[in-house]
Amino acid sequence: MLLFLVLCPIAAAVLIIAGTPARLTALVAAISNLFVTLILLSRFDQVAAGFQFVSSLLVSADWRIHFAFGVDGLSLLMLLLATSVSVAAVWFAGKIENYERAFYASLLFISAGAIGAFASIDLFFFYAFHELALIPTFLLIGIWGTGNRSAAAWKITIYLTLGSFVLLIGLILLYQSLPATARTFDIRELQAAVTANPIAAPAQRHIYLLLLIGFGVLISLFPFHSWAPEAYASAPAPVAMLHAGVLKKFGLYGLLRLAIPMLPDGAHYWMYLLVILLLGNIIYIGLVTIAQKQLDWMLGYSSVMHMGYIFLGIASSNILGTTGAAALMFAHGLSIALLFAIAGQIRNRTGTLLFDDLGGLAKVMPFAGLAFGFATFAAIGLPGLANFASEIMIFFGAIRNGWEMQRFHIFQIATVLALWGVVISTVYMLRAYRSAFMGTIAERWTKLADLDAGLRIPVALLIAGLIWFGFFPQTLVRMVTPTFRTYFTATK
Amino acid sequence: MIAIRAPYLEIAVLVLGVTILLLETFAAKIAKKTFAYAGIVGLAAVLVASFFLEPSTQQTSGFWNFYSADALAIFFKRFMLVTTIIVLAMMVDYAPALRKADESTSANLGEFFSLPLLTCAGLMYLVSAIDFIFIFVSLELVTISFFVLVSFPRRNPIALEAGVKYLILGALSTAFLVYGITWIFGVTGETNLARITAAFSSGKIDHHAATFGAVLVLVGLGFKIAAVPFQMWVPDVYQGAPTPITAFLSVGSKAAGFVVLLRVLQPFLMLPNMQRLVVLIALLTVVYGNLAALPQNNLKRLLGYSSIAHAGYLLIGVACFDGRAVTFYLVAYLLMTLLSFAILIIVAQQSGDEISGFDGLAKRAPFLAFAMLVAMASLAGLPFTAGFFGKFFIFVSAVAQKQTALVAVGVVTVACGFYYYLKVVRAMYWQPSTNNNAISVSVLSRAIMILLIIATIVFGVYPQPILEALRR
Repeated sequence: MLLFLVLCPIAAAVLIIAGTPARLTALVAAISNLFVTLILLSRFDQVAAGFQFVSSLLVSADWRIHFAFGVDGLSLLMLLLATSVSVAAVWFAGKIENYERAFYASLLFISAGAIGAFASIDLFFFYAFHELALIPTFLLIGIWGTGNRSAAAWKITIYLTLGSFVLLIGLILLYQSLPATARTFDIRELQAAVTANPIAAPAQRHIYLLLLIGFGVLISLFPFHSWAPEAYASAPAPVAMLHAGVLKKFGLYGLLRLAIPMLPDGAHYWMYLLVILLLGNIIYIGLVTIAQKQLDWMLGYSSVMHMGYIFLGIASSNILGTTGAAALMFAHGLSIALLFAIAGQIRNRTGTLLFDDLGGLAKVMPFAGLAFGFATFAAIGLPGLANFASEIMIFFGAIRNGWEMQRFHIFQIATVLALWGVVISTVYMLRAYRSAFMGTIAERWTKLADLDAGLRIPVALLIAGLIWFGFFPQTLVRMVTPTFRTYFTATK
Repeated sequence: MIAIRAPYLEIAVLVLGVTILLLETFAAKIAKKTFAYAGIVGLAAVLVASFFLEPSTQQTSGFWNFYSADALAIFFKRFMLVTTIIVLAMMVDYAPALRKADESTSANLGEFFSLPLLTCAGLMYLVSAIDFIFIFVSLELVTISFFVLVSFPRRNPIALEAGVKYLILGALSTAFLVYGITWIFGVTGETNLARITAAFSSGKIDHHAATFGAVLVLVGLGFKIAAVPFQMWVPDVYQGAPTPITAFLSVGSKAAGFVVLLRVLQPFLMLPNMQRLVVLIALLTVVYGNLAALPQNNLKRLLGYSSIAHAGYLLIGVACFDGRAVTFYLVAYLLMTLLSFAILIIVAQQSGDEISGFDGLAKRAPFLAFAMLVAMASLAGLPFTAGFFGKFFIFVSAVAQKQTALVAVGVVTVACGFYYYLKVVRAMYWQPSTNNNAISVSVLSRAIMILLIIATIVFGVYPQPILEALRR
């Protein structure tokens, strides 16, 4: 089943290049993937910790590399995110002017990369699948992007390459921190070996720092973020949806999966640094976001800013905080995908996303306005939508951590500042909504068409996800907590 | 059934080469292309034969004093055979360009097709050589046939310039090598590597003199593998030589150089500071190769600089004494380099070998563009290609040896590499094409390209066969 999930988009991409109708094939592949994920979800045993549906194939006996897949609650949640956003992204792609086949094939490769990374339980392929998305992203932004696409494509590619090679060194160090006989790339065995005899504290610090920088570049952690807004602004909407919604979560997933359980000392040592950087994400980037004059750049920056909250959950390193982080990864993925999708539709129709040029669009595009409104409220963190439930877990988790430490309460200060961040995001999100959809409509936009019926389906899918997990966050929480519970009991 | 022994392979290749050369002289009626195909078939037969070798004997007397048939040697003999086969196939594609450039050379095509066989024999001897004299002699066989091949289009001033540069610097490096060998012989009284190792470890030698000799030998080999600061000849020679010869130089000659380096370093690393020296050279080479490749606009030149960069990564592996990583990297390097040169030869006949000649290739020839995409992804080091495993193994051993400087510089330069390799991808996919003529690809080269692509991807997921082959 998991193998199907990974291979299906790749097979579809090959078929598309071979000559089947591009859009249809891609849609079928994406939808069947979502369907398979839902089946997995229904068969998933929520009580048991550990990986399920495991399949493993030995690739290199010398290096103990396995082509191994398996899911636990955390990765299943990410798979659900990846497959649903993939469906929405492919759906929103629509008709492509030139190289239609290459466009859909690249899109599917990004999707396959994300799914493969989340489903892998082998470090090597976990890393490799993420890299699979690199060249397709480069091509997608370079060929079909808007604005300063060339610079954006170079920037994202070089940044992500550098980040992922730093990450690779970190992973190699992690691999070599085990005694020579026990070395393995299998995450389960790695976890067991580390639990049995933890890695020495100084080594943990080095590895954690490398992972933090490597993953940090991929996630757009504060000083390494500058690729993100530009790339997302230039990328075609489906790419921005997939990249900001799903692929960026790879780094966070990696930190949750590797750094939290295997490097507790390292996490503790670098905690202050991480908290300061994530405040940079929340406060500094938040203020930068307010200053944006263009919807796509604003969305790009806002996605960078929201990473700060997820980092706060990870930094708090307790069950509540990390569960909140996992939940917010999911919620943010859905909401940012929806925002980019609507923004892409507006750009298709008007050719501009400058706030000064837009206005009053809700009159001609009521459905788009409604959808954008939902996504805005979700992004701000209004109760009843998934983001609220997750953010509140993160805040409680973080503030409790400050309590437990009983000394300089950096977490409490951070939490208070992060709460102010919510106000910042309210300012820019509502301002964006107002200047795009409210006010008087310009003469030239009065003829614009609303989203057609076909496009309302993926929108409804994303909004349904947001509302469902807003009202019933426990369905999601129940899935991921067993994983974190084993992590934190193991390290104590 | 006759038992096939390792030395028979080289003899077979030599006989094949000489036969083709003689046939070419005395049977003028045979079409020249036939010789190339005969060479390919003959080498393929030798390649097959190499899998039915009699298990190597542990003799250490007579012939076996200077010739070794260990797993490394056998593996690289096959490596050289595969390289030469692919190069011959490329030459067939390249022949029209040669004929167009110069009417009179058309008569010499037979030599053009038969000389690589002699080079191949030299390379095969070189990977087996465990004695300085034998190393020197086989290296000369390789180098002298390359002198001829590089300047083969002799009416072309650029090729001629390349030939002269290669000749002068090649001779110079040989001089360094011989001088180094004499010093080592003077110190130890031996030319056999194993006995030199024994002499060095006995501690009864003059370390300064031995180090001096070793450094001179490293200088000589540095020229062959294009390590900084002995890389000056590379860009010009690579650009000027006929493209198949450039490919041959950058794969065959370099791989042999690294095998010799691995063998020679075994005794040398007994000497103080030798590892530090290799690390320093590796650092300089990766930095120089990658930085100098950044602004290149000519693809042949770019590949020349990139081959310097790859030599740097290989040297990182050498500095960490990881023969397995180096071997794997060389295999990956063979696949991706030959693939990109094969495409370059075909595309260049239509639009020249500037990168801008690749503009819009995805429209004109989707297959070639895809093949080039795979080659560039592998050269850059993306996962699921052999190139990534190569870099991965190198980095693993560098991390294990705690070579922090090498790792840090390596990471930055890899990111550098992405820029110039993706420049080619950008040209193929983003840029509008200047002409719209479809490019025809012969069946033979298409088959070889498909095989190379498959091998690149398979070894990028499943590296075990190569690691296994070395163990035996």
